[in-house]
Amino acid sequence: MTEQDLSKALTEELHRIAPDVSPDDIDPTEDLRDECDIDSMDFLKLVTALGKRFNLEMPEADYPKMRSFESLVHYLRAKIA
Amino acid sequence: MSAFLMPSLGADMEAATLVEQLVEPGAAVKHGDIIAAVETQKGVIEIEAFEDGILEKWLVELGTKVPVGTALANIKSKQRYQALELSTDQDDPAPGTPEAPQPQDPAPPPNQPEDPAPQDPSPQPPSREIPTPELPDPEIQWPTDLAGSPTTDQKPRPRITPAARRLAAQAGIDIDTIGAKDPEAQISRADIAAIATETHSKGKPEPSTEMRTAIAAAMSRSKREIPHYYLSHQADLTNADAFVKKTNKNRPPENRLLLGALYVKAVALAVQKVPEMNGYYQNDRFQPSQDINVGLAISLRGGGLVAPAILNACAIELDDLMSAVADLVSRVRAGRFRSSELTDATITLTSLGDRAVDQLYGVIYPPQVAIVGIGTPSLRPWVHEGQIVPRLIADLTLAADHRVSDGRRGAFFLKKIADSLFNPESL
Repeated sequence: MTEQDLSKALTEELHRIAPDVSPDDIDPTEDLRDECDIDSMDFLKLVTALGKRFNLEMPEADYPKMRSFESLVHYLRAKIA
Repeated sequence: MSAFLMPSLGADMEAATLVEQLVEPGAAVKHGDIIAAVETQKGVIEIEAFEDGILEKWLVELGTKVPVGTALANIKSKQRYQALELSTDQDDPAPGTPEAPQPQDPAPPPNQPEDPAPQDPSPQPPSREIPTPELPDPEIQWPTDLAGSPTTDQKPRPRITPAARRLAAQAGIDIDTIGAKDPEAQISRADIAAIATETHSKGKPEPSTEMRTAIAAAMSRSKREIPHYYLSHQADLTNADAFVKKTNKNRPPENRLLLGALYVKAVALAVQKVPEMNGYYQNDRFQPSQDINVGLAISLRGGGLVAPAILNACAIELDDLMSAVADLVSRVRAGRFRSSELTDATITLTSLGDRAVDQLYGVIYPPQVAIVGIGTPSLRPWVHEGQIVPRLIADLTLAADHRVSDGRRGAFFLKKIADSLFNPESL
């Protein structure tokens, strides 16, 4: 799965949670929760959705690796590969 | 028979629009069944039946805006029917006798002695802020000759997603006018957004203006009527945080806990010890509640917040509580929750989450008498077992009604919450 596919998937899942945020407005290197104004409950829903979609465990200890849009895509890529 | 009334879903609500009739005439309904949906300032709210019976007839057409207290439907109550038979030798209430609809529920709680006996075994229903219902207009007597006939013609109900419905309500868009174009198509949020943008340029009010008005009304009333007192206490959440991390370690994301679930349980347990934080101040007196329904202040994207309740929170295990909180937050943000969740909160909890500031002092949501605030936990230097060490600390705050309780009891209440969070296994 390419980085582009993963970006698209992440954008889709983010849209479900924060439908008012345009993907163009998200700075991929900044903190994702701040960029999309999502709280810990929304973030847990995002992780749940991604975990189901890609059949990943997404352990809580890895949350620091999911900080920004970019780092989350890299994380998914590394785990799926 | 009784009338099913448009309920008041908060001190600030005067009227609402009936948008869904979810039960056909002639169908049985049970207490708690969702039988209608109404559109209010707070979005679409599902309305539950108060009693068991048969829904005889809808009295208000879809899309009609009616004041609080208006009879929406006739419900033939089993209990009431039997009670009439037992209690009277008067005219036989034979089926078919037209009878004016008798709004009977929810009755305002009867005046009780100054000192309500705590051992009173009969559970007091949580009082809702519903004005004493007036008898509906005699014109809408239950007409027996219509009992078996089909209801009035109804337009096909437009199919619309909850998110779209909510947006439409916020933007003041009449769904029927959209649905008419193609009754088969489901209206999406994008459809509404497009129309909203179009009408917005014509000078329609901002979305969420109505929500802001509702909050303004409730909070102004609170500050006008309730003599708040405020307390704060620093709570050590290191153990609670470790407990959550340990619990979540081998769990898939959907089964993970958040600290918020622990907060709800800790507040509910503390209320058991300090019942004067739990209930309503109405008619110049405090009416304690037997139920402990913890209202959660949930912020909405695009502004505003609502505080629906986790019902009977102290009886729920932590994992189930977490599911209940997650479910409630999802439904609230999708613009869909139940009337009892909105009206039955007996105390409110508001938490800033993990990325905000140290303290918040809440404004009590009338007619409740207390609101607990939990600030953002942060690592702070702390004396623990004789050593200065970094610990995860959060400021707990309480705003409570001085007509009902005093600082000493408030302090005891806050300490109870902090103690529970220090011993998370006890939750």
